[in-house]
Amino acid sequence: MSASPLRPARRAAGRLLAGLLTGQLAGQLAGQASRAAGLAGGAGGADDPPSGSPLIVAAFPAVDAIVREASGRWAARQAGVPLQIVSRQFNDHHTAMTTALSTASNLPDVMALEVGYVGRFALGHGLENLAAPAYGLDSERQRCVPYAMAQGTSPTGAQVAVPTDIGPGTLLYRHDLLERSGVDLAALTSTWEGFVGAGAQLKARTGALLLAHARDLKDILIRTGLAAGEGLYFNAQSEVLVQSPRFQRAFELARSVRRQGLDARVTAWSNDWSEGFRRGTIATQMSGAWLAGHLANWLAPQTAGRWRAAQLPEGAYAAYGGTFFAIPRALPAARKARAWALVRLLTFDRAQQLAAFRAHDAFPALRETYDDAFFAEPMPFLGGQPARLLWREAALRIQAPTVHKQDAFADEVINTELDKVMDQGKAIAPALADAARLLARRAHR
Amino acid sequence: MRQTAAALLQALARRDLAAASRILTDVLPVRLSPATVPYVLISPFVLLFLVFSLFPLVFSLYLAFHVWEPTDGLAAMTYVGIDNFRFALGDDWFWKSLGNTVWMALASGVPQHLVAIPLACFLNSGLGRGRDLAVGVFFLPYITSTVAIAILFSSLFSTDYGLINLALAHLHGIPLLGTLLPAQPVDWMGRPENIKPAISLIVFWRYLGFNVVLYLAALQTIPGDLYEAARMDGAGWFRQFWFITLPSLRPMLFFAVTLSVIGGLQLFEEPFILTGGKGGSDQAGMSTAIYLYRTAFDFNDFGAASAMSWLLFFLVAGLTYATNRAFRPRAGSQ
Repeated sequence: MSASPLRPARRAAGRLLAGLLTGQLAGQLAGQASRAAGLAGGAGGADDPPSGSPLIVAAFPAVDAIVREASGRWAARQAGVPLQIVSRQFNDHHTAMTTALSTASNLPDVMALEVGYVGRFALGHGLENLAAPAYGLDSERQRCVPYAMAQGTSPTGAQVAVPTDIGPGTLLYRHDLLERSGVDLAALTSTWEGFVGAGAQLKARTGALLLAHARDLKDILIRTGLAAGEGLYFNAQSEVLVQSPRFQRAFELARSVRRQGLDARVTAWSNDWSEGFRRGTIATQMSGAWLAGHLANWLAPQTAGRWRAAQLPEGAYAAYGGTFFAIPRALPAARKARAWALVRLLTFDRAQQLAAFRAHDAFPALRETYDDAFFAEPMPFLGGQPARLLWREAALRIQAPTVHKQDAFADEVINTELDKVMDQGKAIAPALADAARLLARRAHR
Repeated sequence: MRQTAAALLQALARRDLAAASRILTDVLPVRLSPATVPYVLISPFVLLFLVFSLFPLVFSLYLAFHVWEPTDGLAAMTYVGIDNFRFALGDDWFWKSLGNTVWMALASGVPQHLVAIPLACFLNSGLGRGRDLAVGVFFLPYITSTVAIAILFSSLFSTDYGLINLALAHLHGIPLLGTLLPAQPVDWMGRPENIKPAISLIVFWRYLGFNVVLYLAALQTIPGDLYEAARMDGAGWFRQFWFITLPSLRPMLFFAVTLSVIGGLQLFEEPFILTGGKGGSDQAGMSTAIYLYRTAFDFNDFGAASAMSWLLFFLVAGLTYATNRAFRPRAGSQ
C-alpha cells in the first residue's frame, strides 16, 4: 500500500497531540513509539487510538493467562492503556487470526501464534516486519535463542514474529521401568538403533511399550542431520527431499518399532495416550520440555518421581512447538507502537519471562534468563532431577529448518505413506517415491 | 410493543397492507407505502440470506478461479482460470476422499432406510401406547450434539479401555460365537480398514431415528381401508407391505433418500472429530468435506478448496437428479 506524503506528517501531528493530551508517550516508550510509527508509514488507517482505549491481545491457552498475569507489569509502564485479552481455543484462535488478516478487520493489536502458524503466516505479508530499523530489534536479536528467532523470520528476511516461549526437545522416560528391565540410559540414548533395541528389552522384561506411536520416531529422525538452511521436505528451490537417506532411515526404524510391537499405536492427546502414561504402559515420550509440566499437572500426576529426562538419542536436538507474538501490518502506526511495547515486555523482560516459566512451564526464549537459579532447581516430578539445565543446553543447540509453504501438506503425505508401510506392508522405496510424486505436484502451488 | 406486533399480524392476516403500513410507519422512523410493506417485512431474511448464504457462495465461486494467500488480504488474489479445477481433478487425495465419502455414505445410508422402513412399520402397527416413547428414544441421537456423540464413541472405541472391545472380549469366551469374534482387541480408530466401518456405524445410529420419524409420518397417511380391502382379498402381511405400504411410501422414500445422499456426501463432523480432524490412519476416514476444509485451513490453498467444493456440489446435484429420476412415478405405475 502506498501512502500520500502528507499522511506521515498528519499522523505525527496527531501523535504529538495525543501524547500531549494523554501523557502516555513518555520516556523510553515514546522513543520506541515514534520510531515505530515512523517506520509504519505505509500501513493502515492513520488515527491514533483514543485515550484509554484498550490494547487488544488475541491468544490461546495458556498464553492468555501469561498475558493476563503480565497486566501488573504492563500497568506500571502504561497506566492509561488497559489490556483486553481475547481468548479462544487453539485452533479457533488461529482460524480467527487467518480470517482477521485476510479481511484486515477485527485485528488485535498483538496476536500470539504457535510456531507452525508463524511459518505459514510468514509466507504472506500480513504481519509487521519487526526487523525494520524503527523497532530496534537488530541489536537485540542475540538476546533470544537463535533458532527461535530464525523460526520467526520469513524467507525474505522479515522478522514477522518474536519468540516468547520455546519447546526444546527432550526424551522423557520411566526411570523405574528402565531399572526393572536392566536397560541403562546410555543404551537408550546412544544411537537410534540402540534406542529401538533397548525398547525390545524393555518390553520383554516389563511389558511396557517403548513409544506411544512409531510415528514419533519418524518425526524426530527426519529432523536430525539437517544441513544449515536445509528444509525438512523441500530445499530452497522447492525440490522434494523425501527420498533422501534421512527419510529412508526414519521409515526403517519406525517400521522396525511397529514390527516388534514396541509402540502403543496411540496418538498424542488421545484418551489412550494419557491412560498409557497413567498405567505405565508407555515407557518413553519424545516431546518438548513442556510435556513434563503437563504430565505432572494433569496427565499422570500419580507417576511423580518415576520419570526422568534425557537429551534425545544420538545427539539429536529438535524443537517441539513454541509461541510467538506478532503485530498485524494493517494496524495504524500508533497502535503498532503500543503493541510493540507490550511485545517487548512479554519477550524481552527477564522478570516477565521467568514469571511465565515458573507459573506455566513456558520455557523462556530470552537467553538472559538462563543464568537464573530456577534452572538448577530440582524437579520433584522428575525425581529431583534438575532437568531444566538439560533443556537449556538443548535450546542453544537446536537448528531451525527452513520453512516451505507446503510443509503442513508434506507432513500429512509422509504420515500417510508411513501408515501404509507399517500397516499394509508397502515397501519403503515406493512409499517415498509416491510421497515425492504427490509433493512435487504441490511444490510450486 | 406486543400489542403493535399483534395488530401488525392481524393486518397481515387480513392482507390489509394499508393498515400494516400505518402500523409500521408509527414504529419506524420512515414513512412506508403499502406497496413497500412486504419488502420491508421480508428484508431481515433476505439480508441474512445475502450475507451468510449468497455471498459465501458467490465468493467461493470467485475464489475457485484464483490463487490467494489469505494473510495478504483480499487484494492479494491472482486469477488463474480453471487451474484450480484442473488441479483438483488430478489430485489423488481428492479422489481418495471422494471414494471414502461414497463408501461411508453407502455404508451408513443404505442400512438407515433398510432398517428404518420395517422399524417404522412395526412402531406404527405393533406398539400401541409406547409408540411415542419409542420414537423419542430413536430420535434422541439425532438431536444430540455431534461433538458429544463423537467423544462418547471415541471412548467406546478405545482399543485397550473401550466398552466395545471389552464386550467383544467377553463374547469371545462363549463357545461357537467366540470363534467368530476377534481374539485380540480391535484397533477401531488406528487401523485404516476399521475406521470407515466405525464412522459409518455412528452415522447410521445417529440418523436412523430421523428416518423412522419420516417414514412413520408417511405411514400414518396411508388410508386403513386399503389394508382392509387387501386383507379381505386374502393378502398376507408381506403382500400388503409390498403392494400397499412401499408404493405409498415412495414420495417420502424419495425425500429421505435425497436427504441421505446430500448428507452422506457432505459428511464432516463425525469423521472430523473421531479422527482428530486429520482423517485417521492412511486418511481412511477423510471425507471430501474434511479434505477441502483441510486444503483451505491447514494447507492454505483456498482456491483449490473452493474448486473442490464446487466439484462436490456438482456431484451432489447430479446424484440428487439421479435419485429424482429413480423415484419418479413411471407411466402406468399409479
